[in-house]
Amino acid sequence: MFEQPVIAFENVTKTFGNVHAVVDNNLAVKAGEFLSILGPSGCGKTTSLRMMAGFEQPSSGAVSIQGQNMTGVPAFLRPVNMVFQHYALFPHLNVADNVSYGLRQRRPKPADAELAKSVADALEMVRLSGYEKRRSYELSGGQQQRVALARALINRPAVLLLDEPLAALDRKLRREMQIELQNLQRNLGITFLLVTHDQEEALSMSDRVCVMREGRIVQIGSPRELYDKPINSYVAGFVGKANFFVGPKADTVLCVRPELLEISATRKTLPQGLADAFDVTVLNRIFLGEHTEYLVRHESLGDFTVLSPRKSEHASGVFDIGDKAAVGWHKSAAQILTTT
Amino acid sequence: MNDAKHSRTLTALLLAPAGVFFVFLLVLPLLVMLVYSFGVRAPEGGYQAAFTFDNYLNLPARGKAFTNTLLLAPLATALTVLFAYPMAYFLAVKVSPRWRNAMLVLVVAPFWTSQLLRYYAWMMILGSKGIPSWLEWIGIADVRLLNTPYAVLIGAVYGFLPLMVPPIFVSLEKLDKRLLEASADLGSKPWQSFLQITLPLSLPGVATGSMLVFILLMGDYILPQFLGGGKVYFIGNALVDLFLQSRNWPFGAAVSIALVIIMFVTMYFYMRFVLGKTDQRRVAMV
Repeated sequence: MFEQPVIAFENVTKTFGNVHAVVDNNLAVKAGEFLSILGPSGCGKTTSLRMMAGFEQPSSGAVSIQGQNMTGVPAFLRPVNMVFQHYALFPHLNVADNVSYGLRQRRPKPADAELAKSVADALEMVRLSGYEKRRSYELSGGQQQRVALARALINRPAVLLLDEPLAALDRKLRREMQIELQNLQRNLGITFLLVTHDQEEALSMSDRVCVMREGRIVQIGSPRELYDKPINSYVAGFVGKANFFVGPKADTVLCVRPELLEISATRKTLPQGLADAFDVTVLNRIFLGEHTEYLVRHESLGDFTVLSPRKSEHASGVFDIGDKAAVGWHKSAAQILTTT
Repeated sequence: MNDAKHSRTLTALLLAPAGVFFVFLLVLPLLVMLVYSFGVRAPEGGYQAAFTFDNYLNLPARGKAFTNTLLLAPLATALTVLFAYPMAYFLAVKVSPRWRNAMLVLVVAPFWTSQLLRYYAWMMILGSKGIPSWLEWIGIADVRLLNTPYAVLIGAVYGFLPLMVPPIFVSLEKLDKRLLEASADLGSKPWQSFLQITLPLSLPGVATGSMLVFILLMGDYILPQFLGGGKVYFIGNALVDLFLQSRNWPFGAAVSIALVIIMFVTMYFYMRFVLGKTDQRRVAMV
């Protein structure tokens, strides 16, 4: 049975003057999923989001939300809410008035007691109870982020749009917020649509990831699909780390993930049954805790990286810069991908 | 250590010109005025040392000047805001950045010509050969504008618009457009967004502009002189008369001190009203 997508793009194109921001995109966001749009800056991901929110109108094609064509429907009438990159909290209003803003726009206006209750619930949800009277400039970045979330979620939108919401936070806080966002999404059952340039963020949080490049959608799939079966070298390179070697035909490359490479002191000590094995020189070593990353050089393959897990270091050994070593991979680890 | 000392010296040096200016041109003259206001008029005019409250008790003799000023200055300020706000909004929001600066210069351009010249022009426009004669031509007879409070109001709005527009323009221009997107995203219609977001966040600009215009109007005497024709008499005109005509310096000083006190009290409550409501004192202090 075909389930109606909560947001659908049909041949959506958006141009700004000569710039093609989004080119002929078709996208179906499933109800209840956590979908990320991933791509470098300028790939059209934010423009796509802004067309969903109603801040931009497509140059051609149509956006529909919950089966309704949104052409010409202004932002204030759309059943979606957005968390802005720099939060865009209203500086002249306190936390409670920021959070209740959406409810206060409704007619008839909800009663004060009802508003206070909703605000208290929303703040509890983002673990900011008791912050009602604070001003946005009195809050840390992470707290502002939570207020922005509460302000959007209190309206129970059909889709929550998140525009690089974690970009301004430091690494540790970002990790915490990622987990919190995931939990919120699961508990509320609201569709989340996140725009990010951070592949780690996209992979770790999303049910599905949509990779964009130069205004076009390159691939949509679960994080595992994108990682294991990238459709081309662009996706392989953008989603996780990858080594590319000269492919068998023109416009193809051989792609091997660094963690699927085996490293050992000599070819003889490498595990059995490898498809290929090479003698290399270690150029650099980066200790990453659970992994050690080696940059190695082979005389004809060139430079590439190998991730050696801490767990197997007792077998593979630890190498210093300048050491000779042997590297190999299983047949299943190598994929032939088209270049773009 | 040495650096801190160095920067303190530098701060003192940088503040010195302003400090000297304030002490010699503001604080000292005010003190002189205060002392004079308790004196008596010398027989040939001017000041004679004494200590009496008569000058202050005599203030109601210039009551008309006070009521005129206290009625017309706030009214004219409010009218100027009403005219300036849409202009500033148009410039900051609607006009493309290419033309913005040029248009802002046009707003301020009247300042390049003499104030007297501009008031003479308004005397022509509002005088019997100006607007009243055109009105008569379409059948509305016996309209008097010149030498009435209306002429003073028109002149004030015209004259002080260039002072009111820029501060409002600045506060509107630096308004983060994403706040309006956020407001729309949360279900607010454009007009509601204006009332709930744009207007409160531009109040510091309105406050700055009104303060400038209000203070200048309170002390103005040329505008009421020219367009009020001596009939719409401001405190400024009273002061000119007292100091230059009747040479009653102590009484003039008392009127001046009263004006200063009124100005302070009004400004204090005005700022509290406008800025206290939105808790933007820190913004307005810029």
